[in-house]
Amino acid sequence: MISLNVNGKDYKVDVPGDTPLLWVLREELELTGTKFGCGIGECGSCTVHVDGKAERSCSVPVSDVAGKKITTIEGLPENHPVKRAWIEEQVVQCGYCQPGVMMQLASLLNQDPHSEAEKIVEEMDDVICRCGTYARMKRGIQTAIQIMRKEGK
Amino acid sequence: MAKSMTRRAFLKKSMATTGLTIAVSVTPFGFKLLNASGKGQTERFKPNVWFEITPDNNVSITIGASEMGQGTHTSLAMVIADELEADWSLVNIRQGGARKEFINPIMHSQIAVASSSVRGFYAPLRKAGAAGRAVLVKAAAATWKVPEKDCQASKGTVLHLKSNKSLTYGELCQKAAKLPLPKDPPLKKESDFRYMGKFIPRLDIPPKVNGKAVYGIDFKVKDMLYAVLDRPPAYGSKHISFDQKAAEAVKGVKKVFPIPQGIVVCAESLAAAWKGRDALKVKWDGGALPQMDNAYIEKSLIGGLDKPGSIAENKGDAKKALQNASKRVKSTYFVPFVAHTNMEPMNCAAHVRKDGCDIWAPTQAQTIPQMIASQITGLPPEKINIHTTYMGTGLGRRAAPDFIIEAVIIGKVMGKPVKVVWTREEDTRHDPFRAAVSHRIEAGLDSRGRLTAWSHKAVAGSIMKDIDPKGIKNGVDIMSLWGILDFPNSIENRITYDIPNFLVEFLISDLPIPVCPWRSVQNGPNAFAIESFVDELAHAAGKDPLEFRLEALKTNKRATRVLKAVAQMADWGKSLPKGQGRGIAQHACFGSYVAQVADITVNEKDGTFKVDRVFAAVDCGPAVNPFNIKTQIEGAITMALSTVLREEVMFSNGGVKSANFDDYSPIRITEVPDIEVQVVRSNDKIGGIGEPGVPPLAPAVGNAIFNATGARLRRIPMTPERVLEALKKA
Repeated sequence: MISLNVNGKDYKVDVPGDTPLLWVLREELELTGTKFGCGIGECGSCTVHVDGKAERSCSVPVSDVAGKKITTIEGLPENHPVKRAWIEEQVVQCGYCQPGVMMQLASLLNQDPHSEAEKIVEEMDDVICRCGTYARMKRGIQTAIQIMRKEGK
Repeated sequence: MAKSMTRRAFLKKSMATTGLTIAVSVTPFGFKLLNASGKGQTERFKPNVWFEITPDNNVSITIGASEMGQGTHTSLAMVIADELEADWSLVNIRQGGARKEFINPIMHSQIAVASSSVRGFYAPLRKAGAAGRAVLVKAAAATWKVPEKDCQASKGTVLHLKSNKSLTYGELCQKAAKLPLPKDPPLKKESDFRYMGKFIPRLDIPPKVNGKAVYGIDFKVKDMLYAVLDRPPAYGSKHISFDQKAAEAVKGVKKVFPIPQGIVVCAESLAAAWKGRDALKVKWDGGALPQMDNAYIEKSLIGGLDKPGSIAENKGDAKKALQNASKRVKSTYFVPFVAHTNMEPMNCAAHVRKDGCDIWAPTQAQTIPQMIASQITGLPPEKINIHTTYMGTGLGRRAAPDFIIEAVIIGKVMGKPVKVVWTREEDTRHDPFRAAVSHRIEAGLDSRGRLTAWSHKAVAGSIMKDIDPKGIKNGVDIMSLWGILDFPNSIENRITYDIPNFLVEFLISDLPIPVCPWRSVQNGPNAFAIESFVDELAHAAGKDPLEFRLEALKTNKRATRVLKAVAQMADWGKSLPKGQGRGIAQHACFGSYVAQVADITVNEKDGTFKVDRVFAAVDCGPAVNPFNIKTQIEGAITMALSTVLREEVMFSNGGVKSANFDDYSPIRITEVPDIEVQVVRSNDKIGGIGEPGVPPLAPAVGNAIFNATGARLRRIPMTPERVLEALKKA
């Protein structure tokens, strides 16, 4: 049994320790907002927070995160600047990659709230969106930063 | 706030008291409106019609077309809600099943392809909405015993202006349900549109942002099994042996069996299924063409240009006109295979029972899977329920039924709900790709530099082979030629230039590589050749590329309109600093016209270039959802640029070598240019919008490289090596 804390809730899961966190979230905990895109940490669709830091859950063995604080897209508050910016800028098309994209962005903004949008865009260069929403993501990044600054978050 | 399908709503079909229900039934001769209300007032709500108004004032709209990211659910709901004069905040949408009411009038099938959803349903849904408004007004007038003309529908209520009385649609719906529908209700004037043409936030975005939207891969039902396949590594490869016992010995594995698509491992969990698959240790033979790799493919397609083809069109006398031309230009173009790489790998769940079959799939098509599942299961089509989920892009890939067929086959064996899940590697290696194509074009100019003759030969795989094999006539596959030619009586996907002597020959490639539509189908690869070559002709004629095009378009007003619009946006003709260049291109497909200008900066030392800015002008006729049109064009430009920069599927040993995003790497955020889109005001026929942004991009970029450096790129992707090679020849 492995103890997990996901979105503030405690869980115990009976899976081999080398099971990727992604599949534990999706299959055991039924938190399907976190998506499977590649399985090798290349696309970013599976990104979650582990102790506040963005991690690609497809490449993290579940045993590594026992006892750590895990946050998924379902646990990112509805009023989080990134979620609000994504709705305000209508970034999303198919939406499949976006939970991971939003989680990575939320982590970057959390680590460095004073970061410039251009720098954040550079740091988002390792996510893949096949609909081609990048132009809107850039606006979303700017808007999320503005919301954070305005609200002093 | 208007609502969309969430996990909860999807899993728990809602109960509602019925009210006014209106359906549109599309027939080969047009469409008819049906009042589907009142079939038992207490009957459980069945989401099988276009829209329903219930006493709680809610307007539930059921849409048959798949939502794959193109925004069609919101756009179609806007069309109904506007003509219905509904209150948008009370509108909710549902995805419909497979039903004849949802057959797309353009496609004659329930399928979301060819950018056909909004343009196909625009007219019927406006009428359906207007019919609803008419009977609600009639019901109100009857209630108040006043003339209908004194009543007005406004945002979910009917008002009687003289007495200041009002009744909500919810209050009126049951009375309205008993009234006959007018056959031809009057439509609103454009100036009265409340939602169409305005900014309306997409209904599917909130559930996608909060992680609650249900995609195919997220679907789960009690006692569901999971299946994975070990698939052949090369085309035509057959299994020699596999270790069934070892796989079945893995904890949780229920059954191991071969089907034509591969060796199936069915288990209680996905992890167990994958573990079982690892234990299979399948031995495969070498397949149909073990020597096939990229060099083989390119040689085969380019070599095909020297073989006799079939004449697809022969207007005037191109050969003679070429002989008489003052100037002749001849070039060969090549576009390789590219993959769809939908972000959500293929998957499908199926539950085959004696009395029926349920299929949960991220699918663009409903009619075709229903028919095929009926054949596999032996059940009548009406017993096959297609539950379409959200999907991690469609791109044409999810119109192919392969991933559904295997799930139904496996479901039939297991007799329990089974979900088949593909990995990224399987998704890439077993993708029916965008068809690679070679082109040889020769054209003639008269003494004044006017285009008089065009002789075009193309070699590509057949798109229609798996879709409509009977549609291939005399060796000509029109869908493979889209962008150059279209089916008789259609000019949607036809070259826009008016060329007096025009010859097109086609040869179907015999390579064993499956192909299927990829955003804009073959309009993309074909427009790359056409619009790059037109640029070569402008250069040969000593004319400005914009002027040459406007002259060659002659009376094509819509293509002219977008070209002029984009030229104005981009300030065409302004001088650029050294190292920078700009290219122009235009193309029409699926009823819409798009012109683009690409501004680029080239580094002549290392062959790299950056696309700095793309301007796009689009004429799609009435613009239902202008913001969504812009974002679709942006997405199409981005995806097309991805194929210009890097995308090319790698093959070896008769199969696909490319596997995952580390060796097949789509475009990233830092590579995306500034994109400016103008939706040109147009009262012409409504066109599609998901795809037409793709075709002009690749030639616009190639033309920009030529403008900057004099180097002509006749092959994508335009890698630094190819740019350097072209620079040497310039």
